[in-house]
Amino acid sequence: MALEIQDPPRTDHEAEIAGLDALDIPIAPAKGRFSKTWEGLWPKLAAIALFFGGWQLITWLELKPSWVLPGPIAVLGEFWKLAWEGTPQTPHILLHATANTLQRAAIGYAISVVVGVVIGLAVARSRVLRAAVGSMITGLQTMPTIAWLPLAVLLFQLSETAITFVVILGAAPAIANGVISGVDHIPPVLLRAGRVLGARGLSNYRFVVLPAAFPGLVAGLKQGWAFCWRSLMAGELIVIIAAKPSLGVGLQYAGSLPTPKG
Amino acid sequence: MSALRLSPGRPVATAPAESLAGPAISVEGVTKVYGPRGSHTFALDRISLEVAPGEFCCLVGASGCGKTTLLNLLAGLDTPATGTVSVQGRTSLMFQESALFPWLSVRGNINLALRLAGVPRAERHDRASELLRMVRLKGMGGKRPHELSGGMRQRVALARALAQKASVLLMDEPFGALDAITRDLLHDEIERVWQETGITVVFVTHNVREGVRLGDRVLVLSSRPGRVVDEFRVDIPRPRRLDDSEVSSLSGLITDRLRQEVRRHGA
Repeated sequence: MALEIQDPPRTDHEAEIAGLDALDIPIAPAKGRFSKTWEGLWPKLAAIALFFGGWQLITWLELKPSWVLPGPIAVLGEFWKLAWEGTPQTPHILLHATANTLQRAAIGYAISVVVGVVIGLAVARSRVLRAAVGSMITGLQTMPTIAWLPLAVLLFQLSETAITFVVILGAAPAIANGVISGVDHIPPVLLRAGRVLGARGLSNYRFVVLPAAFPGLVAGLKQGWAFCWRSLMAGELIVIIAAKPSLGVGLQYAGSLPTPKG
Repeated sequence: MSALRLSPGRPVATAPAESLAGPAISVEGVTKVYGPRGSHTFALDRISLEVAPGEFCCLVGASGCGKTTLLNLLAGLDTPATGTVSVQGRTSLMFQESALFPWLSVRGNINLALRLAGVPRAERHDRASELLRMVRLKGMGGKRPHELSGGMRQRVALARALAQKASVLLMDEPFGALDAITRDLLHDEIERVWQETGITVVFVTHNVREGVRLGDRVLVLSSRPGRVVDEFRVDIPRPRRLDDSEVSSLSGLITDRLRQEVRRHGA
């Protein structure tokens, strides 16, 4: 039916509604952008200062010899030097290594997000799938990455694919779990409202389920990133590809040297 | 009469109320059973009712009268075990909670309803503005639901329901969670919107006085099994007030009838 909507007449009633609205809206003290930013920023700065301060204090106390536990200034100086080091073939090895590692992380994470979200949604919305693989996802999530590496190397040899494989196995289950718990915590009334509004099939996922599950999804994405990074480091420590520097390789190499400064 | 079986989510023929022949809603001998065989309970037992186009019909009943089941059937969210439900045009449903999507602004909620109802993008903005004006929330489009009071949220929910181009508005205790002053004002609001749009309303409430204040007719439902046990025509001229003496005395009658039903379960 076509609704003919006119301006409602101005009456006492309108004033009453407007008055009630005005009374109902909470009065929040207006805050400037600067004070808001500062409120979020200073605790972080304080935490960083505390960390470096404490570290420096411990080195000053000389509880450990400086070749075991050097101070922050020495470490940062060494880091700066290392950043510029390189060979004629690859100048700035650290920079290259970081770029390689970040690229692997980004690719592995992107695939994990797609895989995790699809599996998570499917399991969350299907009773059969949940009964079949629901607990297995949590099982996979608790599996240490290092345990996957022999299989990865067997399947893909010492290659990029092997690393990506363990990254996905590490990160995707965490993301899937986040999606599942996000979907489980959607208030039923919102799903009902979605159905009433005519959101079905794909549009139900797009307009109702995914945004409503977003808090859980974000939690899963964060955890997924953590798992992705851990798996990646484990992968890079083992799967060393010639002429391809990475942070993991750097760690492996530096760990075998006699000084903590690398 | 071309009584169309309601197919959920699909706009059925939407003719203006005047041209509709026959009832807007017709429920005939509908039974709905819950629970396993043997120990099942009747949520609804051979319930029959009709609502005329443009009518404001209130349903009152104690707990277990199957009102949610009935509304789900009318909204096409559920199918009856036996009997037929036919609704002319599209339905929309409002709940006790506003059930607004918290991740969308007020305008975003209305826009989504318009979009899902198939309103082309170019028309959505103007249409949403009209609806906001209708519920007197012009200028509130940018707010998030949590920034609004309960009464304002219910008005947004009303605007969202109207956005669906529905000819039947189902309301499940929509003002049950509001304070008395807000509820009183919203009674005037829903009455005004109903009169302006000519929409058919089915309004479920536990509050008999609210039913008499708003309804053209009040149906009394029994509980377990849910059935229509009595019907009261409300001929009190509008505008009515909750504290009118006529509203009061009719409410008294209906309350007595309702108590009689409730007593049956205690015997």
